[in-house]
Amino acid sequence: MPPSNERQAESGAAGPEKTYFTALAEGRFSIQRCLQCERAVFYPRSVCPHCGGVRLAWFEPSGRGTVYATTVVHRKAEQGGNYNVCLVDLDEGVRVMSRVDGLPPSDVRIGMRVRASVEAAVDAPRLVFSREEAAR
Amino acid sequence: MKLHDLRGRTAIAGVGQAGLGKAEGYTEQEILTQAAMAAIEDAGLTLRDIDGIATCSSLSTMWAMPVIEYLGIRPTFVESTMIGGSSYVAHLLPAMHALASGQCSAVLVCYGSTQRTAAFNRAELTKARRHLDPQPYETPYDPPLPVAAYALAASRHMHQYGTTREQLAEVAVAARRWAQLNPEATMRDPLTVEDVLAARMLCEPLTVRDCCMVSDGAGAFVLVRAERARDLRRPPVYVLGNATAVWNRQVSSMHDLTVTAAAESGRRAYDMAGVAAADVDLAMLYDAFTINTILFLEDLGFCAKGEGGAFVDGGAIAQGGRLAVNTNGGGLSCVHPGMYGVFLVVEAVRQLRGECGVRQVDGAEVALVHGNGGTLSSQSTAILGTQAAL
Repeated sequence: MPPSNERQAESGAAGPEKTYFTALAEGRFSIQRCLQCERAVFYPRSVCPHCGGVRLAWFEPSGRGTVYATTVVHRKAEQGGNYNVCLVDLDEGVRVMSRVDGLPPSDVRIGMRVRASVEAAVDAPRLVFSREEAAR
Repeated sequence: MKLHDLRGRTAIAGVGQAGLGKAEGYTEQEILTQAAMAAIEDAGLTLRDIDGIATCSSLSTMWAMPVIEYLGIRPTFVESTMIGGSSYVAHLLPAMHALASGQCSAVLVCYGSTQRTAAFNRAELTKARRHLDPQPYETPYDPPLPVAAYALAASRHMHQYGTTREQLAEVAVAARRWAQLNPEATMRDPLTVEDVLAARMLCEPLTVRDCCMVSDGAGAFVLVRAERARDLRRPPVYVLGNATAVWNRQVSSMHDLTVTAAAESGRRAYDMAGVAAADVDLAMLYDAFTINTILFLEDLGFCAKGEGGAFVDGGAIAQGGRLAVNTNGGGLSCVHPGMYGVFLVVEAVRQLRGECGVRQVDGAEVALVHGNGGTLSSQSTAILGTQAAL
């Protein structure tokens, strides 16, 4: 059972969203697993979208995944140039939006094996990926 | 009562449009009212006859209230479900229930937007939405939404089924050819597959010509019980079925980017109407982007999954092709004021009444109307028919 609002406030606990981004800010990529159906859950929630279970536990996934869909967003060079936006299927069975760094955006291919890292961005930490071969 | 019992018990008695393209100097409420009054006049009714309303807005979360106030009506049925561009198709079923139960007798479904010419325009709305409607797991990657989401879906469809950019472009070209036959359409210049491919790239594989326009516009229609519709001015267009399905909001939460919830909304609407894709004479498919038309042709059973690209090849959904699709020119070439759903219904009604002149689909008796909202997020399918289709 989740603690009452009062106790949550006292203990400094936080909901799944804040918990996720707090970990990310500390360089840790963690996602949830449902203790009822044992499937991985992303994005972080208070209820399992697969089975309706309410007991979810955090764990650190392998960070390995496969590009499921990809696009190159076209921007003028003076606005930062073209960049990649993609969807990556993690080996644990969840999908995340992200981008693949370290190669031209048009070289990102569906089916490409990628590995996650946490980028310490100025505004907010971000989960990004690099090509698996390049990461070795 | 079963859903099937509502089949054909409600009819669309009047339709109206206003301010298509640019409505410089007019507010949303003003062009909405022009379209609403045109629809009421078309039905041979007066504003005093309207006792039900369905409307929603991209800007105002309580939009039914100012519309009711402006029109000075006292509706006994108020519907303002907001699920993006499909909303005005999704408003059909609640209105049908309300009419069948006697809760009300004449429902005005209406929408208007001046996103093109207003000071608070589409770009401002996109910025504001980041705060009002956050997507913290997508926003950090700066996907220009909605186009990036549809580009991702197109990339997956091309990878999985070999769909080509030329086939996507065929959708835009067919829409433009229909628009050239529609004097109310906004974009009527000639357009070729080569033009689409060579246009400014936004999000690969989609160029600006794969995307719907940013325009102003308002549309409206009036629903009444079938027996009353038969005594009104225009031939009734019966609502044979309607179903809405929502599986997700964000594109990153879709289970399969090549299958939309249209597969479910379509099946339920066909079941209610007792018709199949083969019975459909005209398909109005929400073409916010060229990939939409291909996905919906597949999900709604006009062809098998993965064959949508081949289905549209060679002008097959333009005039004279295998299936009449988006005969007004669609969101790609006719009008797209933020949410386009109401205009799908207006065109289907005009076609079923045989009023479309050089773009008329001969002998059209059954029309499928399919609305999409968000980023392939909400799907609502309706089946409309003439007296002969009852």
